[in-house]
Amino acid sequence: MPALAKILPGGGLQAGGSYSAQDSTTLALALLAGPSVAGNWCSVVGVPGFSLEAAVEYGINLDRLVLVPYPEKHWLAVVSLLIDIVSVVLTRAPDHIAPADVARLKARLRKRGAVLLTLGSWQHSDSILRIAESEWGGLGSGTGHLRTRRMKITATHPSGRSRHSTLWLTDLHRKPWTTAVPTSEDQRILPTADKELAQKALWPRLVGS
Amino acid sequence: MSDPPPCATRTMALWCPDWPLTAALREHSLDVDAPFVLTVKGEVFASSPTARQQGVRRGLRVREAQARCPGLTALAYDPILDRRHFEPVVATMETAMPGVQLLRPGLAAVTVKGPARFYGGEEKAAGILFQALGDIGLDDARIGIADGAFAAEQAARSTEDPGSSSIEPLCIIPPGASAWFLGTFPLDVLDQPKLAVLLRRLGITSLGDLAALDFSDVRNRFGLEGAIAHRQASGLDHRAPVARVPPPQLDIHLALEPPVSRIDHLAFAFRTSADLFVGGVRKAGFICTAVQIELRPETGEVSTQLWHHPRWFDADDVVDRVRWQLQGGANGAHTLTSAITGVTVTPTVVESLGEHADGLWGTGTDEDIHHGLSRAQGLLGHGAVLTGMVSGGRMLADRQIHIPWGDPPPKFPVSEISPPWPGCLPGPAPATVFAHAVPAFVQDTQGNSVEVDSRGSLTAAPAFFSIDAAGRRRSAVTSWAGPWPLNERWWDPKGRRLHRFQLVDESGAAWLLVLEEHHWRAEASYD
Repeated sequence: MPALAKILPGGGLQAGGSYSAQDSTTLALALLAGPSVAGNWCSVVGVPGFSLEAAVEYGINLDRLVLVPYPEKHWLAVVSLLIDIVSVVLTRAPDHIAPADVARLKARLRKRGAVLLTLGSWQHSDSILRIAESEWGGLGSGTGHLRTRRMKITATHPSGRSRHSTLWLTDLHRKPWTTAVPTSEDQRILPTADKELAQKALWPRLVGS
Repeated sequence: MSDPPPCATRTMALWCPDWPLTAALREHSLDVDAPFVLTVKGEVFASSPTARQQGVRRGLRVREAQARCPGLTALAYDPILDRRHFEPVVATMETAMPGVQLLRPGLAAVTVKGPARFYGGEEKAAGILFQALGDIGLDDARIGIADGAFAAEQAARSTEDPGSSSIEPLCIIPPGASAWFLGTFPLDVLDQPKLAVLLRRLGITSLGDLAALDFSDVRNRFGLEGAIAHRQASGLDHRAPVARVPPPQLDIHLALEPPVSRIDHLAFAFRTSADLFVGGVRKAGFICTAVQIELRPETGEVSTQLWHHPRWFDADDVVDRVRWQLQGGANGAHTLTSAITGVTVTPTVVESLGEHADGLWGTGTDEDIHHGLSRAQGLLGHGAVLTGMVSGGRMLADRQIHIPWGDPPPKFPVSEISPPWPGCLPGPAPATVFAHAVPAFVQDTQGNSVEVDSRGSLTAAPAFFSIDAAGRRRSAVTSWAGPWPLNERWWDPKGRRLHRFQLVDESGAAWLLVLEEHHWRAEASYD
C-alpha cells in the first residue's frame, strides 16, 4: 500500500499520533488494517455503522477488535480508557470538546504510544485524509454492479501542505499488507529525519518492512 | 446356606418406582392424576399411571399415545432433572444413616449394619427411613434389605407386585437366603443382554440355574462378566456400598431484611457475600467461569440469568453482574420498581484452579485488555462493549453478529457464511452499514418517486437521488443497477419482500438502497 504511506507524515501511522479520515470509513478501515494485521488490539468507539464484513476484507482481525457503538455522554471517558489498553482507537469526532480535554487526550496518546483515528474533521489531527475524487466502475444504467473504485486521496497537514495519491480500492485490500516491498521511490520521499522517526513507530510502516 | 457368607455385606436399597415421572411432577408441578408422558426422540419413555390405564406404553410414538389418550401432556425427558430432584432424597437419607451410595437417580444403597445396631433392628431402621422420607413428601418409596447391593435392589423391586392391590413397601431377605430368593429371577435382571442370550441358549434360564454352576467353571468360560454375574446370582455380591462424598456447598444466598430498593445499596450489601462466594470457590480448588444469579423481588417473579466470564469471576465481577441484571440494560436508573428480598449466586461452570494459574510474570497484555474493558462495561453496561463476528445472511445487518464482551459466541457454526446465499451482495462490501436504515428519496426526470411494479420492472429510470427524505439537496444519478428482488421467508408473516439498488450520484458517492413497500431507504454506504 505504498500510495497511502506516501502521503502520511513519516511514511505511516506514528505512535502517539492522531489522524482523520474525513467522511470516509473506507480510509479509516485502510488505516486500521495495518496495526490490526500486525497483531495489535484495535477499538471502534461511537461508530454504529462500522461494517465488520468490510473490516474482514481489509484484513482486520475481529478477534482483536472491540466495539463500543454508543458511548453517548461517556465518550471522553471511554476513549481515554481505551487509549490506555489498545493500540488504535477509531472514533467519530465529537461536535464539541474542550481544548483542555484535547490536550489531555493528546498527552495520553503520546504517553501510551496509541493512535487516534477520527472520522469527520478534527482539526487537532496530525494529518487529515479525504477522498478528493472517487470514480466507480462496473455500474451502468440498470446493469452490472459496483466492482472497482479509483480514488484520489488528499492528506492535509496542519501546516497546510497537502499531498495526493491516486489508487484503486483493491490496493487497500488485504493482500498488499503482507507482500509490500520498499521501493526506491519510497526512499526518496522520506527525508532522513523522518526515517528515524519512522523506525521509532510502534509497528512496521505501512510501506516496507 | 445357613452361615452368612463373609464377603457379602448386608445392604439396604432404597428404590423409588417411576422416578423420572416423580421428578417431572415436582419440576413442572403437575397434577398427579393428569395423564402425561416423558418422551425421548419422539417415543414415550415413561408414562404416568393414568396414561398407562389408557394403554400408553413405553416405546410408543408420541402421536399414537396422544391418539389413545387425548388429554395427554408430553414433556421431553431430562436426565438432569432426575438427578437434581433425587439429591434432597439422598440428603434426607444421610441424616438418618451415614454412608449412602447413589447408584442412579431413584436408587440408593447403604450398609445396613450400623443403622440396624443403632436403631435396634433392620426393620426399625427401615421404619425410621420411611418416616424421614415421608417428612419430605416422598410416600412411594420401597426398601429392600438383603446380602449385597444387587440382591437388595431386587428385593426392593419385588415389593411391586402388579397382582396385589395392597403394597408392602419393605422386603427383608434373611441373611444367607439371598441365593434362594434370587433363584427364580430371570437372567434379564443381570442387565447383561449378551450374556443372558448366550446362557439361555445353553439351557440356563434363571439365576438359580446360573448359581448352581461351579464358580471357577463360569469364570473360565465367561470371563470377568460371567464371574460377576455368578456372584450376583449366588447372593455373594462383593461390592459394599461406597459412601459418597457430599459435594462442597459453593452457592451463596443473601436474604435482605428489610428488602432493598436501590441498586447501589444492594451492591454494597452484597459485596461481603460476593467475597465469601469467590473465597469459597477458590478454597475448594476451583475457579468459576459462569454463574447463575437469581434475584427475588417482593412482587414474586424471580429473575434468573446466566452470566459468563471470559476469564473467571472475582468478587467485583459478581457484584457487577448483579448490578447489570438489576439494571436490565437500562443505564443510569438507580431505583428499582420492586424491592429485592434475596439474591442467590450459583456457580454453573467451575474449572480446576491449577489449569488457570498465572505465569510467573503474569499473562501480559490480554489481562490489561480484559480489566480495561470490564471497567468500560461497568461504566456503560454489559451490552455496550462488544466484539464482532461475520455470519451468513442476505441483508447486511444479518451478516454481522455483535457479542457482549465476555459472553460466549453463539452456538451455530460460523461456517454458515460459506453456503451460497442467493441474493447476497456482489462486489466489495460497503464500509458503512447503517444501524437504522436511513430514509432516502429517488426520483425520475419528472420528479416522481421511482417505483417497482408487480412484475418487478421499474416505472422509470432513477435520475435524482437524495439521502434527505424531504427531497432537498438532491443530486443527479450518474449510474445505477437494480432492481434486485429479495424475498426473505415468504412463508413467514415477518418475512420481507424488497428490491435492492446500487447507485452512484454525481459527487462520486455510492449507495446501497432498498425499496420496501414504496419506501426508499439507504441500507449501506460505500463511503
